[in-house]
Amino acid sequence: MPERTAFIGARVVDPVSGRDEVADVLVEGSVVADVGRDVSAAGATRLDCHGLVLAPGLVDLHAHLREPGREDAETVETGSRAAAAGGFTAVAAMANTDPVADTPAVVEEVRSLAARAGICDVFPVGAITRGLAGEEMAAIGEMAAIGVRLFSDDGHCVPAARVLRNALQYAKAFDVVIAEHCEDPSLAEGGQMHEGYHSYTLGLPGKPAESEEIIVFRDLALARLTGGRLHLQHLSAGGSVELLRWAKAAGVRVTAEVTPHHLVFLDEDLVTYDTNFKVNPPLRSPGDREALRAALADGTIDAIATDHAPHAVEDKEAEFDQAPPGTIGLETALAAVLTHLVEPGLLSLSRAIEALSTAPARILGSSEHGGPIEPGRPANLVVFDPSADWIVEPPFVSRSRNSAFLGRTLRGKVLHTVLRGRLVVADGKAQR
Amino acid sequence: MNKHLLSINDVSAEDIVRILDVAESFREVGTRVIKKVPALRGRTVVNLFYENSTRTRISFELAAKRLSADVINFTTSGTSVAKGESLKDTALTLQAMGADAIVIRHSSSGAPYTLTRWVRGSVLNAGDGTHEHPTQALLDLYTIREKLGRFEGLRVAICGDVLHSRVARSLSFALVKMGADVTLVGPPTLIPPDAPAWGVQVSFDMDEVLPKLDVCYMLRVQRERQRQQYVPSVREYARLFGLTRERVAMLPEGALIMHPGPMNRGVEIDSDVADLPQAVMEEQVTNGIAIRMSLLYLLLGGGGPEEAGHDA
Repeated sequence: MPERTAFIGARVVDPVSGRDEVADVLVEGSVVADVGRDVSAAGATRLDCHGLVLAPGLVDLHAHLREPGREDAETVETGSRAAAAGGFTAVAAMANTDPVADTPAVVEEVRSLAARAGICDVFPVGAITRGLAGEEMAAIGEMAAIGVRLFSDDGHCVPAARVLRNALQYAKAFDVVIAEHCEDPSLAEGGQMHEGYHSYTLGLPGKPAESEEIIVFRDLALARLTGGRLHLQHLSAGGSVELLRWAKAAGVRVTAEVTPHHLVFLDEDLVTYDTNFKVNPPLRSPGDREALRAALADGTIDAIATDHAPHAVEDKEAEFDQAPPGTIGLETALAAVLTHLVEPGLLSLSRAIEALSTAPARILGSSEHGGPIEPGRPANLVVFDPSADWIVEPPFVSRSRNSAFLGRTLRGKVLHTVLRGRLVVADGKAQR
Repeated sequence: MNKHLLSINDVSAEDIVRILDVAESFREVGTRVIKKVPALRGRTVVNLFYENSTRTRISFELAAKRLSADVINFTTSGTSVAKGESLKDTALTLQAMGADAIVIRHSSSGAPYTLTRWVRGSVLNAGDGTHEHPTQALLDLYTIREKLGRFEGLRVAICGDVLHSRVARSLSFALVKMGADVTLVGPPTLIPPDAPAWGVQVSFDMDEVLPKLDVCYMLRVQRERQRQQYVPSVREYARLFGLTRERVAMLPEGALIMHPGPMNRGVEIDSDVADLPQAVMEEQVTNGIAIRMSLLYLLLGGGGPEEAGHDA
């Protein structure tokens, strides 16, 4: 008889079925066996979940797991553990490793590392162009043939419109998604933060919001031209949201993500030159943040993605202009969204779960993740305490500690993460 | 006073007056045969210069020595820094050696802030990237007060590449704090669009501003900016924004001409203009030593100049 676990009395939030009610969830083997009041839990391990939320396991469209190449900052295994600790059951691993994931070989390597760890489903992202150089297309077809669904040169945009146009068009053969880091390289060159009052006062070269908006428009136009599937990564500027709204209304096949740090922090947080707030794209103005929050709430922005970007301590503890951009985010994403968006009433809990799980699973093309929580479905679940406060501080599960949330108190703590019926995190602790 | 001097924004108007007053009492030391007081005897001041700057480094060195501090000059060429040591490791080393104050000059904006995370002593910003140069602003204020006797309502133009000038930032913030009426003058590409939020005015027309000034402060043209195409050519810049003889004639009588040095004669300032009696660049340099003595003294130690032990 397969192992049975019963989650008793949780508030079950399942955006796919629209369920949001207190219920029991019985997991048998790797699948959900029953959902409802007073499910028959005979012989099952009973976990009391009163006061807790049970939802589909979270899905991250955007994480840097750094392996191969920078195993001192993160590995597929430590990144998987950090993901599970944060309630994620699936993570898309960006292609900017060393070597770059621009061939099936690197994709297979990341996959086998993830399978060996067995803590979180890792979806390797393929590069759009060879070596992320922006010139020749990477082996999109070959990578698609082994199941890669998302392609991105993340770290920079594909600078030449013609190259991106071809990629969007070519990708149609496999119905895969071209994901863009939207940033005009000549406008953003040398930029350390959002261009505005604070960059001028701090004497740091700025990246204007327009450096993103210009490429967002270009890419939307190319998606319209080609009919290809476009995904806009980590949007940061209010103008990008307006363009996205227009494109969606016009029927362009486009989706978009936003990070927790862009939803929470502002350019003014950089006044002490804390490199943990140095991210790319940069933290922007209050108006930009407001536009991002509204667009997430109304569904214009589909998903929340972490852009988990671990960096070695010695790299990040440096002069501001010499430190690499990025913050880790897997362990804080859910709590940040609960604390800063759900708690103040800017986002419903159901929409938050949709943006953190259902929508990204759909974009990734994964039918196993993101719900629904129904009998027969793979048991990829998260259980969290929405009212538990905790302080973000080392040690992190991630190998790195460059968190923009360092020292902050967040509300909402992951207790259980379930990957195909197996508790990979139980009572907030990683399981071996 | 704060423990560190990172930005002029950390210093209140009241403290600025105090710094200038203490500098006043220290300036007399520089006129003696034996130019030294024992105020900081036994204290260690490190000059940590990641950028070449002979005049600022020497000014700090003289200031510390005239206060009897032990001075260590840590410059980047031929040191562990040249061998790739990080700012953090250098900071920890200086900390271990017991530095009471670290004077840092760095090409990265914010480097002095970063340094404070690893050292217990006071950090003095001697110019960081395109951010600030607070001791320059203070010595400029000292010079202005000495020559014109006030700040309130004083009309000051800061002319040139404001966008990349740490001097312009610190001086603007300080002058606004002291009640002066500041106008930034330069080509639109070199004036931050949000500058009015600093409490200053902006003009792109030097000739319109000059007749209404008490102080005309010229910034150094940074020729390396040329390739980024902020202006069509240095020649065009000099024609539109250089302080020529003709332009000096537009200044009211008694107006000061200032420049933080080193000057590009013939670019932002004509050679014979720089040598006019109303051009006070040499006084600026002399006052710099007194200002830095005052700052080191106030940050490292005592309550007032009376306790400084003015023994001759």
